[in-house]
Amino acid sequence: MAERKLFADELAEILDAFLFASPSHRSIERLAEMLEPLPRRQQEFVLRVSRGAAKTNTEIAYLIATLSIDALGRLDEKAFEDWVIAGLDVFDKKGLRAAVETLRDIDGFLAMREGRLHASFAEVEQRLARFVLGLSGRPLAIKSGAYPWTDTETIFLPERLAYFATAEENRRFYQGLAVQLWAQTRYGTFNVDLEEVLAAWPEPIERGQALIWLAHLEAVRLAACVARDLPGLGVLLAGLCGAWPTELQPAIAELQAADADIACTLRWLEHFMAAGAVPPVPTFVGRLEPRIAGRVRAERIQRDTETVKKAIGALKGAGGTRNAPPNDFSAALNQETGEIEVRIDGQAVKLPDDARAAAQSLLQDLGQVPPEALSPAGAAPWTPDDRPKPDAPLMSGTRPPDFRYDEWDYHRNAYRRDWCHVYVTDVKPGEGAFVSATKVRYAPFIHQLKRRFEAVRGEDRILGRQPEGEDIDLDALVEAVNDRKSGAEPSSRLFCRRVRNERSLAAMFMIDMSGSTKGWVNDAEREALVMLCEALEKLGDAYAIYGFSGWTRTRCDIYRIKGFTDAYDEAVRARIDGIEAKDYTRMGVAIRHLSHLLNAQPARHKLLVTLSDGRPDDFGDEYRGTYGVEDTRRALQEAREQGIRSYCITIDRQGADYLKHMMGPASYTVLDDVKKLPLKVADIYRKLTA
Amino acid sequence: MTTTAFRTITPELESLATEPYYQPVAAEVALFEAAAQKRLPVLLKGPTGCGKTRFVEYMAWKLKRPLVTVACHDDLTTADLVGRYLIIGDETIWLDGPLTAAVRAGAICYLDEIVEARKDTTVVIHPLADSRRALAVDKRGELIPAPPGFMLVISYNPGYQSVLKEIKPSTRQRFVALEFDYPHAEVETQIVATEGGIDADTAKKLVKLGELTRNLKGAGLDEGASTRLLVHAAQLIGAGMAPGVASTAAVARALTDDPDMTQTLDDLVRAVF
Repeated sequence: MAERKLFADELAEILDAFLFASPSHRSIERLAEMLEPLPRRQQEFVLRVSRGAAKTNTEIAYLIATLSIDALGRLDEKAFEDWVIAGLDVFDKKGLRAAVETLRDIDGFLAMREGRLHASFAEVEQRLARFVLGLSGRPLAIKSGAYPWTDTETIFLPERLAYFATAEENRRFYQGLAVQLWAQTRYGTFNVDLEEVLAAWPEPIERGQALIWLAHLEAVRLAACVARDLPGLGVLLAGLCGAWPTELQPAIAELQAADADIACTLRWLEHFMAAGAVPPVPTFVGRLEPRIAGRVRAERIQRDTETVKKAIGALKGAGGTRNAPPNDFSAALNQETGEIEVRIDGQAVKLPDDARAAAQSLLQDLGQVPPEALSPAGAAPWTPDDRPKPDAPLMSGTRPPDFRYDEWDYHRNAYRRDWCHVYVTDVKPGEGAFVSATKVRYAPFIHQLKRRFEAVRGEDRILGRQPEGEDIDLDALVEAVNDRKSGAEPSSRLFCRRVRNERSLAAMFMIDMSGSTKGWVNDAEREALVMLCEALEKLGDAYAIYGFSGWTRTRCDIYRIKGFTDAYDEAVRARIDGIEAKDYTRMGVAIRHLSHLLNAQPARHKLLVTLSDGRPDDFGDEYRGTYGVEDTRRALQEAREQGIRSYCITIDRQGADYLKHMMGPASYTVLDDVKKLPLKVADIYRKLTA
Repeated sequence: MTTTAFRTITPELESLATEPYYQPVAAEVALFEAAAQKRLPVLLKGPTGCGKTRFVEYMAWKLKRPLVTVACHDDLTTADLVGRYLIIGDETIWLDGPLTAAVRAGAICYLDEIVEARKDTTVVIHPLADSRRALAVDKRGELIPAPPGFMLVISYNPGYQSVLKEIKPSTRQRFVALEFDYPHAEVETQIVATEGGIDADTAKKLVKLGELTRNLKGAGLDEGASTRLLVHAAQLIGAGMAPGVASTAAVARALTDDPDMTQTLDDLVRAVF
């Protein structure tokens, strides 16, 4: 065929032949006109490629043809084909809508192709979460959201960022956004009632503008705050956002002053709004959601205030119940150190860690600790978190309980006798496929674990002064020579002998089978157990695994997965497979029963390891909150008195708040990622017993 | 057998000539002096690198007593502390161990990380740590009464997480316990600046970094950066290294091997400098 271009009507005919099924085929003539100016070679190319695509989906083929002019301008033929293939791939996996989006995003495709990748939330999540934790020193979670904003307890960041050309820059952009949002919680953006301020502009359009102004003005102020405290981050922020939009110029100097606070921002907000100025286009700044943030913040302040109050109350001896007359009692904030100093009769007393953390959190929120927090708590009991729970079906005891245990009631400062009814059953065996799948999946890691555990076991000890052995004990020999010289009878125990170190350790693993573990916490727990068993078999320590769950005090279930005398055999593996999420987490009674079992072991060292995903909890309000924490703490103390060391591994990110009090310092690990559980549990055990 | 049959060698102990730098944080100096005056043994507990050893050095200097420091480890035997016979040529001699030497000289004996020592070893210090104040040297059949100047100081880090390494109540209940923690920001800044020979502004940044890493304790790090690590970084900076490089080497890399955690620490270093 000659090199003549195809005319629009010719093109339309060809296109119609394979696009007739497309809902958009009515506009084929326009499409044909678009393609007419192209050289013949490119016309043929576009027709060929879109014909190919039409075999998958005509709508996509139509889109490709429509976009081809733009695409040909930026992609060579090879890249063009790859672009189409990428689009079809997405269509196969995610359907038409996603495919259309992908194809339209030629920039994104180019970026990807040139190795200039966008950054995704998933890849930065863990790193940012730890970073933000390091910055804030109080729990501040990171989640993905439609746009960047924070409710002051969680930072929401978009799923994908492709604002900059390289993946690295976009990752820094993520970091920059997270820092900016953290700064909102740290430098007092929400320290005034923004809703009240915004009420001045009730019209949605005006309110929207005010919010954008507010976000920008705060961004300027916060960037300066960050730069003062963390110069490195200041440089990062400045690099990311470049020069501030010119609209902001008049305000910048004032906002960047060291003493600028939210009031300063609000003055400028009023100024700009009164002038009717149009806000700059939001690019780098996160959005503000004052209503949600205000509520979350208020709840946290109340919670922290109560925590501090209670701690001070407890220190004072009032314990939140009695109103003992103050005998020279003072609690005040030391402005220099930022710590609350409690003095009783002139003696400085340290606040417990949870209260110190709460006070720090209050300082971050309010810049001070409210006076009411410094007065001891009154009589009203307080529960930290009252989530609604589904109604419980009635449990009727069909058999008498296997055991009864006391429970500690911190209100009364006394035990409730035989309060909890324990039923012991075996976990209903699963099919066993899970265990073998886990073994395959983690094979290299299991191998590595086994070797490390072998190294622990292989630690030999040299016994001196033995009647026989492979080497001479020089100390003993020297002594013997001296004894002989001085006329005493020398000892004949002159040898040393290597012996394998006797560990004499029994470990009990207590597995949280509460409803909240459903899903992949449960999977992670089971995987962790498989790896643990594989590794422990090498070590030779006596170990047992029990699950616990329950529904009120009359139904505390203990599930046997592996008893101390059970071998790690098919039956045990099937039971690991069968572990499933059940009901609630009444921890105290489980600890009491399992330490009872552990106590019967002859080993010299006894260890109780708890795997859990949250704080103690049970149906109804009684056990939730402080009661459960105090009972658990008491049960652990009892265990300790029997010579049992306890350790808790949790994936509850809020865990640090109560674990130190409940478990004691250095007796717990908070994993920030449930995926790490299988890899970490065995390792933690090894460290614990090294 | 008589104890005079063999020559005895006792290491010479000298008092510290120069004042070690120590920045008091609370009432620890007065408490230690009171304990010394009343001849009570002292237990120092606190995280690694918070100044326990330096404190003992400082107190030894202040009280003008020699100091014997023993870093305990799991193979530390009673003989390593008390002493042993040696044969040199044809002669048998007795070499006093560090503890015996300290007792004889009326020195301060500091057993660092006592939990690391074998359990049977710690029993030998018991008679020294109560009203008996005497050291029994079984091998020589000798009971050495401690002179007034002798003082026993032990330390341990409650953050160590091994079940097998715990200080026995029978040991710990003989001691006056002083708790150490990382000092407050201002005090720590002063320490880092003085020790590292750097300006207050850079020291403040290092302390900030320390604070950020301590926020991560329990969430991937066993311990946050100690004052000692911050001082190391300061010293590197004082020697001309760029602050970021110095902190990465002295703080970030020293804290963890975990690649994820290393990344986070690097981020924090970059955040501060």
